[in-house]
Order: sequence, then C-alpha cells, then structure tokens
Amino acid sequence: MALLQISEPGISTAPHQHKLAVGIDLGTTNSLVATVRSGLSSVLLDEYGHALLPSIVQYLANDDIIVGHEAQVQQSLDPQNTILSAKRFMGRGLKDIGDYAHLPYKFVDKDGMLQLETRAGAKSPVEISAEILKILKARAEQTLGGELVGAVITVPAYFDDAQRQATKDAARLAGLNVLRLLNEPTAAAVAYGLDNASEGVYVIYDLGGGTFDISILRLSKGVFEVLATNGDSALGGDDFDQRIFCWVLEQLQAIGAKVTPLNASDTRMLLTKAREAKEWLSEHMSAQITSVLSNGEVVNLTLNSQVFMGMTQALVTKTLNPTRRAMRDADLNIEDVKGVVMVGGATRMPQVRKAVAEYFKQELLTNLDPDKVVALGAAIQANTLAGNRSENELLLLDVIPLSLGLETIGGLAEKVIHRNSTLPVARAQEFTTYKDGQTAMSIHVVQGERELVSDCRSLARFELRGIPPMVAGAARIRITFTVDADGLLSVSAREQTSGIESNITVKPSYGLSEDEITTMLKSSFEKASFDKESRALAEAIVDAQSILEAINSALVQDGDVLLSAQELAAIEAEMQALRELTAKTDSHAITQAVNALNHATEAYAAKRMDVSVNKALAGQNLNEINL
Amino acid sequence: MQNYFSLFQLPQQFDIDLALLNTNYRVIQTESHPDRFVTATSAKKLSSMQIATTANEAYQTLKNPANRAIYLLKLQNIDAISETNTVLPATFLMQQMEWRETLEDAKQAKDINALNLLLSEMRAETARLQANLVDVFDKKHDLIAATDATRKLIFIDKVCADVSKSIATLEDNL
Repeated sequence: MALLQISEPGISTAPHQHKLAVGIDLGTTNSLVATVRSGLSSVLLDEYGHALLPSIVQYLANDDIIVGHEAQVQQSLDPQNTILSAKRFMGRGLKDIGDYAHLPYKFVDKDGMLQLETRAGAKSPVEISAEILKILKARAEQTLGGELVGAVITVPAYFDDAQRQATKDAARLAGLNVLRLLNEPTAAAVAYGLDNASEGVYVIYDLGGGTFDISILRLSKGVFEVLATNGDSALGGDDFDQRIFCWVLEQLQAIGAKVTPLNASDTRMLLTKAREAKEWLSEHMSAQITSVLSNGEVVNLTLNSQVFMGMTQALVTKTLNPTRRAMRDADLNIEDVKGVVMVGGATRMPQVRKAVAEYFKQELLTNLDPDKVVALGAAIQANTLAGNRSENELLLLDVIPLSLGLETIGGLAEKVIHRNSTLPVARAQEFTTYKDGQTAMSIHVVQGERELVSDCRSLARFELRGIPPMVAGAARIRITFTVDADGLLSVSAREQTSGIESNITVKPSYGLSEDEITTMLKSSFEKASFDKESRALAEAIVDAQSILEAINSALVQDGDVLLSAQELAAIEAEMQALRELTAKTDSHAITQAVNALNHATEAYAAKRMDVSVNKALAGQNLNEINL
Repeated sequence: MQNYFSLFQLPQQFDIDLALLNTNYRVIQTESHPDRFVTATSAKKLSSMQIATTANEAYQTLKNPANRAIYLLKLQNIDAISETNTVLPATFLMQQMEWRETLEDAKQAKDINALNLLLSEMRAETARLQANLVDVFDKKHDLIAATDATRKLIFIDKVCADVSKSIATLEDNL
C-alpha cells in the first residue's frame, strides 16, 4: 500500500502554485517593494496609497521604531534619533564618511562599520536598514496574502564587497530570504528591456539620492550581458541639496543674518527646504525658499534655475568621467549605443538630462518612472529566481565593479580579479615565501584599481599558518578568489606541497578615507605616473632585499669554503652599498646596485652550481640539494 | 570538456567563429548559471557555480586574440609569456621603442589626437598580426613563428593599454 504524503505546514506541494517573491529597491532616500502579478510587475502601495517609503527611521523613547513618512515629519524635531540616508554608512567606517561633522548624528566608531548613537542605544547602519526592509516585507505579505519565498534586493553597481555584505546582512536581519543581490542599473535594464523587447547596446545612467552608477549592457535574445560598469558610491541627489543649502547660508550671511552656529534642527530643516526647491526647479524657472530659523532669523530667498544650474554644474560633470571610463572599458563608441535609460529621482533635473543627451547625442529613455524602474526590474528577476515559469526567460550576466587583489611585499596590490569580470568568477594565483624557514603568511585582501595597497580598500586580513619551513621561494601558496553571482567574495589559501589550507568569507574589516572611496578609480588614472614611480621603488627594494637575503644565506653555508678572503670582501662591499641604497628613494640606483651585486657574485654562483651538480652526480637525491 | 575549444564546440585553431562562440557561451550560461539554481540543492548549486565560472574563464580566453593565442600554445606545452628562447627581431623592437617615444611625447604635449592616431596605427598592426597568426597557426602549423607572433601581440596589447590609459587620463582632466 502506498503511503500518503503529507507536506509540512505552510509548504505547498502543488507544483504550479505561484511562489511569492518580491523585488526591493533599498534606496538612500526612498525604498520600494514590487512584485509580479498576472505576468505584470507592479509596485506595492501602503495603506495610504504611497509607493515610496522614505528611507528614514526614528527611534522613540518608548522603544517603538517608526519608519517612513511619519519619521520624515520628525526629522527636524528629533534629528539625533531620526536617521536618514543610512545607506551612505553601509559597510563604512567613520573615517570613510568625510563630512560627518555636519550631520546631526552622534557617531560611534566601531571596527569595520560605524554605529549611530540613538536613545535606543547604538545602532549599526545594517540594523537601521533592516527596519526599512521589515516594513516593506510586512507590506508585501499583507498585500499578497502569504509568506514570501524570498526577495531580490538591489544595490548600487559600484558597491564594494563590504557594502554588499552589509546589505545582505540587513535583509537577513529583517527575516528576508535573499534570492539575489542585484545591481540597480541591471534591474532597471530588465524593466526596460522586457517592456520594449529591445536588442543591442544600452546604457543605464542611474543617479540616485546618494549613489551614481553607469552600466553598459548588451541585450540579446533575453540575455542581459553587462559589458562594463563604473560610478561613484558617494555622489547623488543629496549633493545637489547640499549645494542649495550652502547657497542659502551664503545669501543669509550676505545680508547680515546670524546663521552660525546652526543647530541640528535648522540644518535638517534647511536641507529639506533645499530638496524641495531642487524638485520644484525640475518643472519651474524659479523656486521660493522661505522659513524662520530657531533664532528668529527670517529666510526668504528666490533661487532661479540658471543659478541652480551654475552651482551644480561640477556635480553633473563629475558623472561624465565614470561614463567615459565605462564606455572605454566596454570598448564602444557613442554610435554603438542604441538607447540611454535614465534611472533615479535625480535624473529628473533638466541639467542632468541635457548633459547626458548631449554626451550620447540622442534622446533619452524616460518613459518609465525613474523612482520605480529599479524595483520593477528586481521584481521580475525575483519572480524568475523563485522558479515561477514566465514566458520571458531572461538571464543576467553581471560583472564585478572593482578589482580584487592581495597585498604583496612592498605594499603593492597584486590584482587577482580585474574589474568588469563576468560573475561568477574564480581565479587562483600562486605566491611564495620571502624568507628562509617562513612558516606563516599574512594575507591581506584589498579592492580597488590603484597600485599601492594603502590606496585601495582593505577588505580582510587572515593568516595561513603551518607552512613547513623551506628556503625562501620554495613554498607554493595558491590563493583562490571566488566571487559569486551576488558579487560577494570568498578567499581560500592552500600551501601546495603540504596541503595546509585556510578558508574565509570576506567580511568588512578596515576602512579607507572618504577621498579614497569616492575617487578610487578616478585617481588610479590621474596618478598612474606617480604610482608607477612608487611601484618601481617598492619593487626595486623587494628585489634588493631578496637578493641580499639569498646571498647572505649562501655565504653562511659555504662562503668561507668557496671564496677567497679577497672575493668575500668584494661581495660584502657591494652588499653594503646596496643595503645603504634601500633606505633611500632612488629606484634607478637600487636597480644598478642589484645588477652590480649580481655581477660580483656570478663566479661564486657558478662554483655553488658545480658543487651541487657534483653532489647530484655522486648519487645524492636532487631534492635534498639546496641550489 | 577536453579544453576551452571543445567546451564551445569550436575547432582548436586561431581563426574561430566569434558569433558561434557568443551563441554557445550564452547557451552554456543559460543552462548552468547560478540564477537557474537559486532554489536547488547545495550540490547542484556548487556544480552550477563551477560550470558557470569555467565558461566565463573559457569565454574570456577565447574571445581575446592574444589570450586565445597564448592558450593555443599552452595546449602545445609552450609558455609564450616566459618563452626566452626566441629573440624578437630588432625591427620589431625598434618599432616598439618608436611607439613608446610617440606615446611619451604625446603625453607631455597633452595631445589626445596624436594618441588616438597612435592607437589606430597600433590597431592596424594588431590586425596584421592576427592575420599572420591565422596563417602560421592554422595553415602552416609553424609553432615557432606562432610563438613569435603571439609575443608581438602581447607586446602591442601592453602598449595599447598604456595609450588608452593616457587618453583616459587626459580626457578626465579636460
């Protein structure tokens, strides 16, 4: 008799049943949730009919937490406990946030990621983001009438590993099963591509509240292949607000109004007024900015669009450099681009649209709501990943935005995986020991395009121990980097001759300064020549130290046997000269001294070789001979 | 899979059908990409990850002419990069030095037009070398000549990358 099968409660056995999956756009300014119903992607609304949930979280005295529009009302009244733009702090240490003195928060610097002190205690950006995600999850489950199978969460394409990991942690904290982290411009392309049944090369220009991404994709028969991505993870609509805010202060000071010191409430209030003026100017020629500061000073200013465009021109231009770089990386010309999709609320600004249209010499695609397009695309992908059959089987082939590498001797970053490599990707590289008898190796994983480790973002450090003692250069340590489809990195290290192994999943560890993260890629181009010099010096010093080390250990073994006192003195003089040069900064002189030392030891090396060969011929095991 | 060529069902030669490579790469990714296995068992997820990763590596290797040539030689146990037995002809080395000088002069003068001109000149040379690679690899099966041509291609690619980087730097600072 066949046994009757009973499924676990809550898990349906019906194979055709639609699985509930959502796409979530966790934005700097606003967040949204969308899903596919009856084959169509739509944004889910709250009980008042709002699609956008302001990404604002307020911690109340009675331990309650409010999120969204209600918290937005409180931002000027309770600035310290009402957190805006938490996305800007994801995966960041305090020193990564440049202008934190102007923000109305109490920061706590923690190893790896900063925290914000609120009346409910210190909160990490991950926890704050999780509060936003919880609201969206509840909204979706209420609207759809069931538990979610999972969610696709979008991230800026230019987010590094630490920022991606933080986002995934926030989703898990909110009780969401993350089907995939999806790059925002790629999500937008999905929404557009399927809508328009497009083929060819498309550019996605995504200027959000706090981040800028540019992605170039080739669409072909349902395959979305990202060719290149670039951006600036600290440039967005917020910066345009900041420019207006500064202009308001200048105007007030010019008429003799007392504006310093400005308290947190006034700051928040003026920033809000600035944002409103910016939005107004997208449709009108001038905006009125009126308010009263807490010290009684009256604000009554008119900002016309001409002046606004002038003060923000540099910001618009700043988006075109990453755009050019992405085009170059994709090896494409302007004429190859079939369409330019505008994403993010900040692309409503006429000066942004004008600059992008001029650069690409074509009309822009703006027929989908720039605030919603990312969530709509994420929902389509979530639907596919959850296993719901759809007519439009699509495949997304995305890339890693920033190169991954390891610190080598001399503070140099050796790239293991290059930016714009298609995911998933794995690459192994072999390294060796630097000193005789070295039994441990410190492995430092970094991300960025610059040549010096100190200019890249530090992701993790770990140690590979238990390497059997060998002569310098004999150990073979194979380090494998694996980046999965979420763009998350794991690293493993293995000593080939002994099999000693070490595995880690990279978690955010150290930080780098504001300047470095915002301009990491940019400066790698600008400072290429400087890098080359410092790289040359570092390499020359490494070369010098290893040759000194090698000769030293040889001399200890058989220097007195194989060399006359005179020969020995000559070699030691060259070594001393080289040692002195390594303390200085002339790479050319060091290289010359290395060559001179090599030359001085040629005869000695030949003698040692003869001895070894003779030993081998005498029947000794070659492996035992130390050449 | 025997090698990257057989993975994409391409003949093991320098002259390959790039359209077919693209098509077959997409077919493999459509079947094996981790996105297809989000709700599958961890063993399946792992094998999907492995196949998709190999396909990406193989695709990048065959798509780029220099990488393809290096790989073809590697299949014959020849390491083109560390090959030191062959000495490149003096005329080629002279040409190299001229390009480098032109690059340095144009960089000094911040002359983007000159850099673009240099780039197109080198691209023309790259095209000639690729035609030569088809001849020596696929028709003459002359591995010594193929190694030489491959090394030249690697050299030119390096200079091209430096020229592109210089153009990028100049454009960004306009």
